Amino acid sequence: MKSRHVVRERSVARGVAGLILALLLAPVLAMISSGAANAVDTLCLPSPDKGCIAGTIRTEDGPLADVKLTITDEAGTATEVTTSDTGKWNFQADTEGTYVVKVDESSLPKDLDVATGTVTVVTKFGVTKPGLLTIRTANYSDSTSKADELVQSTVNGLRLGLLLALASVGLSLIYGTTGLSNFAHAEQVTLGGILGYFLINQHGLGLWFGGLVVVLLCAFTGWFQDRVLWQPLRRRGLGLTQMMIVTIGLSLALQYVYQYTVGARTVRVVQDNPSVRSIGPVTITNQSIVAMVISVIVLAAVGYALLRTRIGRATRAVSDNPALASASGIDTDRVIRLVWIVAMGLAGLSGLLYALVTNGIKWDSGLQILLLLFAAVTLGGLGTAFGALVGAIVIGLVVELSPVLGMPGDFKYATALLILILLLLVRPQGLLGKPQRIG
Amino acid sequence: MSDHMTQPAVGAMADPAARLALTSGFEATPGATKPDAILRVDNIVRQFGGMTAVDVQHLEVQRGLITALIGPNGAGKTTFFNLITGFDKPTTAGKGAHWEFDGRTIDKTSASSVARSGMVRTFQLTKALSAMTVIDNMMLGAQDQAGENLFKSMFRGTWGKQEKENEAKADELLARFKLLEKKHDYAGSLSGGQRKLLEMARALMSDPKMIMLDEPMAGVNPALTQSLLGHIQNLRDEGMTVLFVEHDMHVVRHISDWVAVMAEGRLVAEGSADTVMSDPAVIDAYLGAHHDTDLGDDALLTDEALEELAEEVAAEDAVRQAEEEAEGPK
Amino acid sequence: MDTIQFILNGMMREALSPQTAAVAIAVIGLNIHFGFTGLLNMGQSGFMLLGAYGFAISIWHGLPMIVGVLFGFGAAFIFALVLGAPTLKLRGDYLAIVTISAAEIIRYVGRSALLVDFTGSAQGIPGSQYRTPFANLSFFGSGQFTLIPFNYTDVADGAAWVRIIGWLVAIAVIVLIVLRFRSGGAFRGIAQAAGMVGLLVFGLLLLFFLFPVPQQSTGVNGWWVRFVAWILVAVSTLVVYLLVRSPWGRLLRGIREDEDAVRSLGKNVFSIKMQALIIGGLFGALGGIVYVLPASVQPDSMGRSLTFFCYTALLLGGAATIFGPVLGSVLFFAARIGIKYTAAAYVPDSIMNNQQTEQFSYIVVGVALMLIVIFRPQGILGNKRELRFNV
Ligand SMILES: Nc1ncnc2c1ncn2[C@@H]1O[C@H](COP(=O)(O)OP(=O)(O)OP(=O)(O)O)[C@@H](O)[C@H]1O
Ligand SMILES: [Mg+2]
Repeated sequence: MKSRHVVRERSVARGVAGLILALLLAPVLAMISSGAANAVDTLCLPSPDKGCIAGTIRTEDGPLADVKLTITDEAGTATEVTTSDTGKWNFQADTEGTYVVKVDESSLPKDLDVATGTVTVVTKFGVTKPGLLTIRTANYSDSTSKADELVQSTVNGLRLGLLLALASVGLSLIYGTTGLSNFAHAEQVTLGGILGYFLINQHGLGLWFGGLVVVLLCAFTGWFQDRVLWQPLRRRGLGLTQMMIVTIGLSLALQYVYQYTVGARTVRVVQDNPSVRSIGPVTITNQSIVAMVISVIVLAAVGYALLRTRIGRATRAVSDNPALASASGIDTDRVIRLVWIVAMGLAGLSGLLYALVTNGIKWDSGLQILLLLFAAVTLGGLGTAFGALVGAIVIGLVVELSPVLGMPGDFKYATALLILILLLLVRPQGLLGKPQRIG
Repeated sequence: MSDHMTQPAVGAMADPAARLALTSGFEATPGATKPDAILRVDNIVRQFGGMTAVDVQHLEVQRGLITALIGPNGAGKTTFFNLITGFDKPTTAGKGAHWEFDGRTIDKTSASSVARSGMVRTFQLTKALSAMTVIDNMMLGAQDQAGENLFKSMFRGTWGKQEKENEAKADELLARFKLLEKKHDYAGSLSGGQRKLLEMARALMSDPKMIMLDEPMAGVNPALTQSLLGHIQNLRDEGMTVLFVEHDMHVVRHISDWVAVMAEGRLVAEGSADTVMSDPAVIDAYLGAHHDTDLGDDALLTDEALEELAEEVAAEDAVRQAEEEAEGPK
Repeated sequence: MDTIQFILNGMMREALSPQTAAVAIAVIGLNIHFGFTGLLNMGQSGFMLLGAYGFAISIWHGLPMIVGVLFGFGAAFIFALVLGAPTLKLRGDYLAIVTISAAEIIRYVGRSALLVDFTGSAQGIPGSQYRTPFANLSFFGSGQFTLIPFNYTDVADGAAWVRIIGWLVAIAVIVLIVLRFRSGGAFRGIAQAAGMVGLLVFGLLLLFFLFPVPQQSTGVNGWWVRFVAWILVAVSTLVVYLLVRSPWGRLLRGIREDEDAVRSLGKNVFSIKMQALIIGGLFGALGGIVYVLPASVQPDSMGRSLTFFCYTALLLGGAATIFGPVLGSVLFFAARIGIKYTAAAYVPDSIMNNQQTEQFSYIVVGVALMLIVIFRPQGILGNKRELRFNV
């Protein structure tokens, strides 16, 4: 049993190494295969007196090799280039100006539709400009209607929102009970994914059991952190800003610890590709469905605990007014300890699920979503756990829906942050927060 | 009526007769109209959640006098200060809340502009800047400093002279408040009472027309209180208007020309110290909240007042008993 | 001996590098925000990136250099206004969240493929596109030189004892300088100031004597960039000194401690905070311009981590001090390279490979940041009593 895993592990390592090698060699391969027709005969690298045009010819089925393209400059000189095995082509422009790139349809395999066959590119010295040509298989249907796309993105948005909610509820609870903006929270999310990689992928623990262990380990790091770091610092009377900078230091250190241990690559929790199912217009992996169900159950449990249990009420009391809470006999230290444990466990769970539904985790995956977490918490109103929940769902939806609604895909995170800033303008206390006391 | 009476000449208010003239000749009801009010407040309401902290329909503060604002804990005095100095917004903002200072409407003015217009306050919880030296604290109080302009600040020539003058003035004030030896110490190293003094001295750096002191004597030792009272009276004699919050009725009696009483957010009484303290509404306000409040003068607790108090206690007890009985059978 | 010399040379090169100077300038700006005014600006890298973009894009598109600089400053100015307006009236954490978010937005937008004509998208703008006008200003000529011709190899053939004595003296001089700064009155009185300047010059010459690093005169990363970068650091330090000793600086410190108190004294706190945010942001933009001069504009190299490095450098040197930012930046970069080289030289590859030494050095940076804040929040030069973090 074990040896099989070792074998698999090795082959994975070999696979990854091969992949990296392939990536490194890709330019060389491209150069060799396109050598025949390419006038320049080398991979184009922009320089101060050279510009480049490059692109990839592919259908939704994959890249197309040996497709011929004609590139005509302003003077009318035409140059022919051919795509490589990976469908890539490039062209070196010796003058700045307008070039027309046209695909030679006769060089295309049969039954392909050329959606965009000609494109005009203005070159500039020192940069590579993309020449975007769109080719489709004949049976490609542009049928995914706007409505279907909207439904699909909404589901994706909810999924992201729920995962963000797991992490941001904890972030919010910590903020509420201690006043601390924990910048290292994101690394805790990453930790969930990376522990998942080690335990489930590398050591072959079952997904459910391994997942449980991951969450417990993350919760333990919460206990440990509060025990050795945050509680002593609170006792020392360290200011909140100082503490926040400590979390920044911790976040930096952790990021590079992850990089140190797993490198800069993306690692996966499970090897096999997830099976996909279609429900109406929505395509979703089974793992995503399970992840969403788990998130909802866990969030509901946290909500119930906060509202109905003694310790939950104590937590809210501490958030409301720590001095008053401790005066009325609540052991604030214990509450805060518990909050750290729960928050870190939730963050770990979030990271594990995130790694499962997005097919992997990297040293900076958490960092990528940290701002979304802060946005969620701020949007909901700093320090209100339920606000964070609502905020997270809103942010998740905004991120996934903004491309459908016309925002360029590059800007989807930016949109979420922009909304946060705009909201602060009109409602500084967040969606569910109360105005702060003055004086 | 006589809204635009001229500013009293400096020193005019040193004369008790002049002060008496300004505090008599009209009926001392809550919200009474003053001969020459420097501050006029209308319809100011501030609620926190469902609780009404301040609800003052009308209040005027006479120019050139020392007015005390008293009232039990939680009466809304500090909140009232916050509101009129622009540190807080009334719930009635835009809905009839209006107040003016020295003929200028300031109900939409920011806290800093209010201070610049000549109404400077101190805080109940002292806000001495403890990581700065005493003299730096003082210098912050001076108005219209050229060196506070970003562009001029880099060139000492533009502000050096003014800085010297301000420092001389600060020294003088510090000496008055017995803080001169502490000039170069961090404000954080001062005692609680000294911080109160520093805050007051700092406020005076701006030569305000009116100074609002929130419990200036709290934590100041009796000997220094005496001299502080003297300072406050001097300020008045120099023509400044003083509004101060104080719990110690001896102090209130000693220096105030006029007393306004707040309870549960409302203005319940106004008048001279003596009349106010024998006002049943005031006693009620205080005793309702704190049966053991020392109203500063034992004579105040006249037989009538005591009887009233006893009756009240008995009534309260009766109510409580009734309630307990009602709950009993459950 | 040679390994040590190699490590120290590397540290010296890094300490003097124009990018160290660039970060020092950005940290000087951050010091106005965080150190003096208590503004939690978590987006200094955004200011830097804007400065760099404004500068590089303008020149790339054929505008003169001075216009590029102005565009860089203009962008940072507007950025500060836009960020400050909604947040400076709110609690400190909001500024932190908004600045870090906005800096990320700038980066996302810069990376966007849609803007490839302007920002070069994720690849960024190569230095060759905008460096020429700056290099043309150089009066250093071509070729390469070492800063002072006379170095340790000229004494007893560079024997070990010469160097060891030299290093000890250098350490003594540095400690002396730091102590003088800490005592506060480093420049009080002519004699003091002259002594101090003498000490500084001697220290620098000694360092050049011990670590002769040859560089090109003008080239991409030569003495010319270094010269200009460090002159700018000196000028920035002087400007900040002039600003913070003035009544305006007093206002900043007052606001850092208690805004309401300052407000009650009739000062327009919002406007002063805005001024501080803008001034610090302009320094950030200047830092950004200098940062990309010897390199290229890479949006991803000017992300959050850079802001965090700025904080580390600031806290190391001492927030709310005049020379803290410079000292902190130099130490930060030199120490990081020192750690990296030491790990590479003395830890066998089987335990830590070359990649990992780099990461190890950053782990140390993170841990160091935590330790400084916990155990020495005033940094090397700061005054513990003055520096309390109240935001
Ligand atoms: N920011 C706030 N949020 C909620 N309630 C408040 C706030 N500020 C004041 N209050 C409430 O308003 C009421 C009036 O408070 P205020 O501080 O004005 O009383 P005060 O008259 O100054 O009392 P004291 O004499 O004890 O200083 C109190 O019941 C207080 O609890
Ligand atoms: Mg009060």
